[in-house]
Amino acid sequence: MTASVATDTDPLGPLVNPGRIGGLGDVFRRRYLLRLLVRKELRVRYQNSPIGFAWSYVKPAVRFAMYYWIIGLLLGPRALENRPLHIFSGMIMVTFFSDALSSGTKSVVRNKALVRKISLPREMFPVASISVSVYHMIPMYVIAMFGCLITGWHPDIWAFVAGGLAFGIILVWGLGVALLLSAMNVYFRDLSNIVDVLQTILTWTTPMIYPFSAVKDRLQGAHPWIYEAYISTPLSNAVLLNDRAIWLPSVSHRRLALQTELPSHLFERGAVMFLVGVLFLWFSQRVFSRLENRFAERL
Amino acid sequence: MSTSVVVNHVTKRFKVSNQKTLKKLLVNATKGRQLSDSFTALDDISFTLEQGDSIGLMGLNGSGKSTLLKLISGVMAPDSGEVLARGRIAGLIEVGAGMAPDLSGRDNIFLNGAILGMSEEEIHRKFDDIVGFSEMERFLDREVRSYSSGQFARLAFSIAVHTECDIFLMDEMLAVGDQPFKRKCMKRIRRLKEEGRTMIFVSHNPKQVVNLCDRGLVLKAGQLAFEGTSEEAVRALGYSLDDEEDD
Repeated sequence: MTASVATDTDPLGPLVNPGRIGGLGDVFRRRYLLRLLVRKELRVRYQNSPIGFAWSYVKPAVRFAMYYWIIGLLLGPRALENRPLHIFSGMIMVTFFSDALSSGTKSVVRNKALVRKISLPREMFPVASISVSVYHMIPMYVIAMFGCLITGWHPDIWAFVAGGLAFGIILVWGLGVALLLSAMNVYFRDLSNIVDVLQTILTWTTPMIYPFSAVKDRLQGAHPWIYEAYISTPLSNAVLLNDRAIWLPSVSHRRLALQTELPSHLFERGAVMFLVGVLFLWFSQRVFSRLENRFAERL
Repeated sequence: MSTSVVVNHVTKRFKVSNQKTLKKLLVNATKGRQLSDSFTALDDISFTLEQGDSIGLMGLNGSGKSTLLKLISGVMAPDSGEVLARGRIAGLIEVGAGMAPDLSGRDNIFLNGAILGMSEEEIHRKFDDIVGFSEMERFLDREVRSYSSGQFARLAFSIAVHTECDIFLMDEMLAVGDQPFKRKCMKRIRRLKEEGRTMIFVSHNPKQVVNLCDRGLVLKAGQLAFEGTSEEAVRALGYSLDDEEDD
């Protein structure tokens, strides 16, 4: 090769590989684009159809009603105090996570026109998708706060720590999952079927619809391994922490509820889950970068 | 003068996977079928461009021109060899890929500008120029989905030619738009060239290539078949300067 060696003093900077862009750092550097993509997504989904906007609240509202009435009938007198708040604090987490799973997985394929043709940090698409999901959480938190106010909410400092930790856990895990699955979905388009199944499993393996004590009583002594597995998923941790933040400060026998409705070492588990989530995010990013090289030709 | 683009022993192979789903992968793997075919789109290509060079990339359909352009723009990565570039890359390739049909023309200028790498400040600064160039003032607040294909191209084009760049890539552009707009675009592109930008121009139109480019490369079945002046490249490809009517 006869190319003259790049001089460091060149005003245009050094010779670099034009495909080097990517990584979460570059997404952050181009946050103006990220903001516009998120805004576009929200606008396309909502502004053009007020009914579409309503739908995204009707669906969780119906789900909430089903959980409340039907499971309430089955539980009978064993039902928890302030059950609506208990369901709702879990639903905030579960709804976010399933949203992150389903729209995150499709995010790269859905934007294939851009991915195939324009050089962008491709992580932009899963990140934008997660940002939209976070945006959807805001009204849910507002409704939860409203519920707290009418039931008499007396939080301690740990309630806020728990709420923040719950949010942190699902954010890192949600982003990690979205990165990993969105890249894999380029290669295997039927991945969304598997994600659907996963969503159903997640809904029923977290203490959202039923009280945690039902699981604890049956599993902790009899099947300790299943119990450990149950409380060691990121989503269970987030749901339990969010219960600690939103539901627990509203009940009258808090000390008792703390023992029966939450696992031991809640915060330690949560902190570990968050750190493992950061590692998982790093791993997902690595996989994404590897798979990304062939996105343009695979789409 | 400094080196602008280096393409160094670049080879690109495309793997055509026989399955797009996990299910098919399992079925094909258990039945012992071949899982993928591959073909070589670019085979050991090397060349270097200095800042300010303008080069025409020619070749028959399927010779690898667009693939080479995608490697230089960074959309694809080579299997072996390396591509290096200095400065900001932009161009008239796939204009309109980032257009959102549900948004207005105005919103699309911002979105597309950002997609092409402009900062918020840069778009604000150039907004009037972009709109003026496109002559689409009256339709700016209408949804892009209601635009005619010509109007769409005008807007997309205007955004693309206003991105600041050091290396300008063009792929079979000027296929759309009416004559006055085409002429305006050519004028603009000539100005970019005079300003000292490196240009890579993929075209089947020999007149445009000779007009705009000093050098020409001819690709044949993924290999570099000829490198020389643009007139020589046109002749090497067997194209004639006379048999295509154009502006």
